[in-house]
Amino acid sequence: MGLNIFLLIAMTVAAVWAVIGRSLLKAMISLAITSIIITILMFRLDSPLAAVFELSVCAGLITVVFISTISLTKPMSHSEIIEQSRERWKRYWPLPIIVVLVGLGLAFMNIPKDFPIFQGTSKMDVRTILWNMRQLDLFGQIIIIITGALGIVVLFEEKRSDEW
Amino acid sequence: MSGNEWSVFCLFGFFIVLVFVSGIYCILATRNIIRAIVGWELLVKAVTLLMTVVGYVTRQTALIQSFIITIVVIEVIVATVAGGIALRVFKYNDDLDLRKLTKLKG
Repeated sequence: MGLNIFLLIAMTVAAVWAVIGRSLLKAMISLAITSIIITILMFRLDSPLAAVFELSVCAGLITVVFISTISLTKPMSHSEIIEQSRERWKRYWPLPIIVVLVGLGLAFMNIPKDFPIFQGTSKMDVRTILWNMRQLDLFGQIIIIITGALGIVVLFEEKRSDEW
Repeated sequence: MSGNEWSVFCLFGFFIVLVFVSGIYCILATRNIIRAIVGWELLVKAVTLLMTVVGYVTRQTALIQSFIITIVVIEVIVATVAGGIALRVFKYNDDLDLRKLTKLKG
């Protein structure tokens, strides 16, 4: 439990830093750190396959995609950074206070402990469920991937010279 | 629900709400497209972790993992397309400011 608490605090700090940090690149790295911590927590909660997906796709692929996106945009000049940091501070200073206040509110909230909850006893493997019971989900995933690929193609399509 | 499972659910739920609040604040306060996507990513991560905890508490980790895999696939596709839109917006406006998205036509 002690390690869980440490990891959850680190996850929250990384998430808040991803929001209030000045540099977009550092925000992306903070987001990747959040993903890595969530991966460790998933391993600890008996979900190793989901954890591997989270690590490779969310912490790896999405970070690479967004760092590439940031590198393709124009960085701000030094004067712009100073000017913007003052304005940013005005917009983002309430966030740590809001997070602490919400945390305090939740800590003092009296949640009823005896609500009914369904606890399954299924010992099926995740691969069996994914390939035998949730086949429609897989078709949906394939359609989403094709749609995303087509979306990117349409977004980056260059106009041909003979186009009228 | 046993005492141990209840304490795990409450502990994780507490921090998941904090990450969720950070994501919502990011989306509301930012003026940068990429940072708005960061806020959205935080919301999805909070939901993913919440589903993992619920799967652990209800002892349905196998079923929940299959849902999480679907969520991750949707997340990466949406994030990639959103990154592409951000690049396209930058190409036209020379800026990533959301307030300058006023030339929507065609």
